[in-house]
Amino acid sequence: MKTNKKNFNFILGIGIIIFMVLFVFLGRILPLRDANAIDATLKFAPPSLKHPFGCDNFGREILSRVIQGSFSTFCIALGTVFIGTFFGIIIGALTGYFGGLVDEILMRINDAIFAFPSILLALLFISLLGPGTYQVVIALGIAFIPSFARIVRGEFLKNRNMDYVKCAKLLGASDLRIMVIHILPNTLKVLLNSVLIGFNNAVLAEASMSFLGIGVQPPDPSLGRMLSEAQGFLFKAPNYALFPGLAIILMVLGFGLLSDSFEK
Amino acid sequence: MENDVLLEVTDLNIEFHDHIIPETVVFDFDLTLKQGEIVGLVGESGSGKSMSALAIAGLLSRKDMKKRGRIFYDGKDLLTISRNELRSIQGNDISMIFQEPLTSLNPVKRIYDQVEEPLRIHTDLSKEQRYEKVLKILTEVELDDPEHVMRQYPHELSGGMRQRVMIATAMIMEPKILIADEPTTALDVTIQSQIVKLLKKLNARKKTSILFISHDLSLVRTLCERVLVMKDGYIVESGPVERVFTNPTEEYTKKLIAAIPKIDPELIYHNERDTDSK
Repeated sequence: MKTNKKNFNFILGIGIIIFMVLFVFLGRILPLRDANAIDATLKFAPPSLKHPFGCDNFGREILSRVIQGSFSTFCIALGTVFIGTFFGIIIGALTGYFGGLVDEILMRINDAIFAFPSILLALLFISLLGPGTYQVVIALGIAFIPSFARIVRGEFLKNRNMDYVKCAKLLGASDLRIMVIHILPNTLKVLLNSVLIGFNNAVLAEASMSFLGIGVQPPDPSLGRMLSEAQGFLFKAPNYALFPGLAIILMVLGFGLLSDSFEK
Repeated sequence: MENDVLLEVTDLNIEFHDHIIPETVVFDFDLTLKQGEIVGLVGESGSGKSMSALAIAGLLSRKDMKKRGRIFYDGKDLLTISRNELRSIQGNDISMIFQEPLTSLNPVKRIYDQVEEPLRIHTDLSKEQRYEKVLKILTEVELDDPEHVMRQYPHELSGGMRQRVMIATAMIMEPKILIADEPTTALDVTIQSQIVKLLKKLNARKKTSILFISHDLSLVRTLCERVLVMKDGYIVESGPVERVFTNPTEEYTKKLIAAIPKIDPELIYHNERDTDSK
């Protein structure tokens, strides 16, 4: 019964993710109107066959903007998680495996970063680096490192005193070999989960940053920015807020279900 | 005769420094191991036998504890040589098997990769040569269908098979010294005797010296030529197995020997009668 539910979560999660990926990539292949093309005659055009999602206050095609926005959100989240995981693994592995002074110093820095809400921290980096897509990736990536470092460190701490590590040491394996070849594969189960959850958090964080106007810069579309613009026309054109919101929900739901199905 | 001595441990003291008050767990440990010899090390839990073994294998952390004395192998003191030098000896010349074969195997790696590991570290054989060697050693530890076993994961094997895999991993480089730290404790009795027979066979065939640590005196008696008895960090008695068992000089050894369970014919008779009456 329980495994059935997990399987269901897995299939549904994968299904949603595949749907989103197809949606985004097909959308980029299909000859849709340019996401930034303005046409005053189509201002607030309701959803129709020609404009499936309708048009916004500048007469821009919402479908192409949602596709474009989903794509950039997806890429930003991917980059963020990549930076977070990559440096998180390095820091977590070193501190967890060696312990001692290195551990103390790095983990206290980690704690300090961890103490800030990640959005606030990202805001800080944006104010230093200036707004823009790459800056968002770097800012969010740095803000995400501590949580990954913590998870990896915990796993390395748990594993480093296990007998199989002792055996590997005894066979003459070097520390680097033990960390990469022996312990790292054992942390993947936990890591995979946190990567998926981290991805969700990154999608939401990017959307909130764009909503606040410091993410992807206009006129390029972004889901968060579309939501914030749609606020003013919520009653006049509910479809303007509906579709970007739906895209965010589906993305988060898909990865959420997937990570759920991987849990024990 | 002198040249036969492979390993010579003199006055080994192990002291823990990870608490405020240092604690010594092994005092003046002496051991000589000749080529092809099987030496038993017996004692109760906490007597320091595993600690001494770990020290010989070079597995004790260098930070938290102080070790005095000398562990001579091949003209080198294992306590003072550099880590790189130690690493080239570990797995190559000295290897070790542990009590619990399940936790000693990496749960996410296939048997083949684990047995192959020492070859990857210490040799630069080609892929085919490594495969040949792994197959050969798995056959030598008497695993049925080794080609199937090497594709499996540790959780798919039984306890006895896991211990055989551990022995294969330890023996693949044909080490001169094998330290067996209670290798049979976690196994049931029939498997125990199989593993002990296997160790004896490998010892005879490859001239590997074995330091066999156990608290099972009857096993030590069947396997070993010499025995050391440890208590509270001290070696209280040592000598040829037969002498120690038939004519123990120390009170503690006598007690240990008296504790070996014996089959009492009277008891069996009573049990049988009990079941009959039901």
